[in-house]
Amino acid sequence: MGFFIVQVLTGLSSAAAVFLVASGLSIIFGVTRVVNFAHGSFYMLGAFFAYTFTSHLTSVVGFWVAMLLSAIAVGLIGVVVEILILRRVYQAPELFQLVATFGVILVIQDLALLVWGAEDLLGPLAPGLDSTVNIFGTLLPEYDLALIALSLIVLVALWFLFNRTRWGCLVRAATEDREMVGALGVNQTWLFTGTFFLGSLLAGLGGAAQLPKGGASLLMDFEILAVIFVVVVVGGMGSILGAYLAAVLIFEFNVFGILILPESTLVLMFLLMAIVLIVRPWGLLGKPETPGQLGQVGPPELPYQLASRPLRFIGMVLLFGLFVLPAFADDFTLVLAIEMIIMSLFAASLHFAMGPGGMVSFGHAAYFGGGAYAAALLVKHVNAPMEIALLFAPLMSGVLALIVGWFCVRLSGVYLAMLSMAFAQVAWSIVFQWDAVTGGDDGILGIWPSAWASDRMAYYYLTLIAGVGGILILRHVLFTPFGYAMRAVRDSAVRSESIGIRVARQKWLAFAFSGFMAGIAGGLFVFSKGSVFPDEMAIPRSFDALIMVLLGGVKTLWGPVTGASSFTWLHDEISRFEYWRLLLGTLIIAIVLAFPQGIAGFVSNGWRSLQNRGQKNV
Amino acid sequence: MLNTKKWLAGVIAGFFSVGLAVPAFAGGTIKIGDINSYKRLPAHTIPYKMGVELALEHINSAGGVLGKKLELVSRDDNGKPGDAVKIAEELVSKDRVALISGSLFSHIGLALTSFAGQRKVLYVAAEPLADALVWANGNRYTFRLRPSTYMQAGMLAEQAAKNPAKRWATIAPNYAYGKDAVSAFKKILKSLRPDVEFVAEQWPALFKIDAGAEIQALSAANPEAVYNVTFGGDLAKFAREGKLRKFFDGKLILGLLTGEPEYLDPLKGEAPEGWLVTGYPWYAIDTPAHNAFLKAYQAKYNDYPRIGSIVGYNTMLGIAATFRKAGSTDTEDLVDAMEGLTFDSPMGSITYRKIDHQSTMGAYVGWTTLKDGKGTMVNWTYRDGAGYLPSDAEVRKLRPQN
Repeated sequence: MGFFIVQVLTGLSSAAAVFLVASGLSIIFGVTRVVNFAHGSFYMLGAFFAYTFTSHLTSVVGFWVAMLLSAIAVGLIGVVVEILILRRVYQAPELFQLVATFGVILVIQDLALLVWGAEDLLGPLAPGLDSTVNIFGTLLPEYDLALIALSLIVLVALWFLFNRTRWGCLVRAATEDREMVGALGVNQTWLFTGTFFLGSLLAGLGGAAQLPKGGASLLMDFEILAVIFVVVVVGGMGSILGAYLAAVLIFEFNVFGILILPESTLVLMFLLMAIVLIVRPWGLLGKPETPGQLGQVGPPELPYQLASRPLRFIGMVLLFGLFVLPAFADDFTLVLAIEMIIMSLFAASLHFAMGPGGMVSFGHAAYFGGGAYAAALLVKHVNAPMEIALLFAPLMSGVLALIVGWFCVRLSGVYLAMLSMAFAQVAWSIVFQWDAVTGGDDGILGIWPSAWASDRMAYYYLTLIAGVGGILILRHVLFTPFGYAMRAVRDSAVRSESIGIRVARQKWLAFAFSGFMAGIAGGLFVFSKGSVFPDEMAIPRSFDALIMVLLGGVKTLWGPVTGASSFTWLHDEISRFEYWRLLLGTLIIAIVLAFPQGIAGFVSNGWRSLQNRGQKNV
Repeated sequence: MLNTKKWLAGVIAGFFSVGLAVPAFAGGTIKIGDINSYKRLPAHTIPYKMGVELALEHINSAGGVLGKKLELVSRDDNGKPGDAVKIAEELVSKDRVALISGSLFSHIGLALTSFAGQRKVLYVAAEPLADALVWANGNRYTFRLRPSTYMQAGMLAEQAAKNPAKRWATIAPNYAYGKDAVSAFKKILKSLRPDVEFVAEQWPALFKIDAGAEIQALSAANPEAVYNVTFGGDLAKFAREGKLRKFFDGKLILGLLTGEPEYLDPLKGEAPEGWLVTGYPWYAIDTPAHNAFLKAYQAKYNDYPRIGSIVGYNTMLGIAATFRKAGSTDTEDLVDAMEGLTFDSPMGSITYRKIDHQSTMGAYVGWTTLKDGKGTMVNWTYRDGAGYLPSDAEVRKLRPQN
């Protein structure tokens, strides 16, 4: 009896801190439509601030004052980020802001290292709550009860704020329809800033509140990210009560799940999310998204045009340059060029689904890594030659994308993105856990090219032909009937349906094709590195692709190639410096501010206005 | 806006010039390519690098090797195996390093192992623990210094077998290292004590432990002894929850690596007491060689050494000895020299075994206690790694022979 009750309460207290952080994320997204990747960093900062404050304020009251101070400090940092960075890019294409928040993550990582040092910091026990209570013979830390109480207090306070105050009312109105709120004369700018303050404050509070359960460390930011996204999505974007229910559900599942199946710790949460989203596509308490509502701002996209003659010429020159590169370049330049081409193909495949297809995937690494693993497994287990493995890679990725896509394409916007991430995590944990076949975390080693391609120059040409060929195929498909139908479906599902396009099937096949092409990149990748590890399927790899596409410009066809090449190159150059994350983060933020349409978007807008000016002169 | 763009152009131009300024050759030195996760796990890798630099200082002030000074070209791998391989390519082809050394994470060590085998580059793995690095995936060009998971688990199992406890539980992070550590421990303990039984095992996700729930689950099985492989933040949470919930009372608790300063020191006053651990009691090792190392380290950095520091120091001593024995910087000569190489270190004599390229560097096994508000190891002994490796016949089966 005692065991059972304590187990339930332990789950509730574990859910508490996560709920605090997730509710902040949910509020920010609900109002500003910013998918804030830096939310985990705010959580981490909350823990570090609380560590510093509690070491000075050691009394019972002082402890809670320190919690509050940390939360407010993080809230203010959130305000700074919003005013200096995000406020300037609200008008950018959908999801572009997440690139900026990615830059913020990098900056905060290095700043925290500078300020608090490398070592993990152990949090103090909460004064006055440093013992246990005996529940029918089983002990439960007092602080667990405090955490449960804190989460309930915050839940009620937030309900009161949103339902009983004018500010909360405006926030809810903005969640429903930002344009209308603006039209009614509400100052949206400060509403957004206020929301960001509240959301960041909650993240900071969550980080501070978990201090007596653990501590502060530099890895906290990424560790919490997946779980808070899952909580927000399972609960329903923008729903506070939903987030609470989801957090409790996930942690109670975990608490009892490990009793039955101790090895389920990696996958349980994502399985739960996949099931919830399949049954209830908008989360437990969320509302259906209306298409196009998701931060689609700015003028409608121009139809794609075949490349003009000057553009073709530039393309030919670049391609020629790539073909003669080995004559001038040293070995390492070729290694870097191989990686840039592979990443370009990977980014282009994501762009295919995300830009023209209108289906954002947060789990595209599943197909990249899936292709890499398919090739590696074939080599390892049946000794297949490289050529066969390279053909097999996209096939398996395509099949995987077919399966995942079947579930995902019925959703839209961020829900689709999150469901694709859930499936990617499930795929990742299978690879991670199934040692006997995949080698688990130790990966698969010794996957090298066939003799004829093992020379670096030969492999470069192989990559060049397969990679550039893949990118050109992706581009070509956009100008086939299939591509036109896909864009029609994105722009207006209803009209497409009425002229006889089978919307669901169109999206499904487009999703699968995008996964298929990512598999080619994955296959090329594994033979260039000689080994593959579950990292290639993990969330950071998916984020990489997303950053590359958005950095390059999601609305142009050569954006992903620009983004992938420049990101890969910048990363390689900058990582020579000791505080390279600070530099790279700052640079990414600067690029975001300077080119809100992405790098390629900026160039092509400039090109277009140049042409227009020319026409006027004539 | 315009200013932002100008500034950006300046920054980009700046990076170009820095990239060009890197010299391809530096005369009179032998370059060593160092790859490690300096940003991902700085608490471990920075002490490693401090140890490496101290060793280089000692080696170079004594005249270097082969009449040349050793020079370190150090790079961050971003915690990703793919990046590590890319950097290794660059160090070899652009910086012309004589060999690659370093790394902490097992999967990155394994990626470099595969690279070394293919490109025929010498790779001296410093800290990665994976058994596969020298056994299942071992190759001619890879050597490893630190005692592996199998060896350290064996040291604990040997001591654990002397305890009457029969009902054992295990808790380990849910990835390769945790699994290897548990299966090696089970195998060795079972062989020494066929009467023990393992009544529960828990596999929290790495750095995401739900400590309260895990402790509850373990106590439900009512074990007499617990073999604990968690580390870092997971260990802190596990130790704190376990103490609060009085889970450790009356049980024998083992901690793999728990006695290493990197893991024990952040726990401060809450360091567990009475655990049997492997670690590095730098404060109590009283040998002339270690005293000299400790003194030099503290003088240079005004800080105390961690396990990473001594591993870094020994890695470089071994590399210097390899150059001296080989008399050249040619990879094949270096590999031949390193096979069976014996050199002196602050921890005593260390040999890189010819049979599997694992070094015989050992570890310290002892009991934790609280002293002056922090965790320390007492009643420890140094276990030479040579005694905790499988028989030669078994190693030949484990390692591909060619």
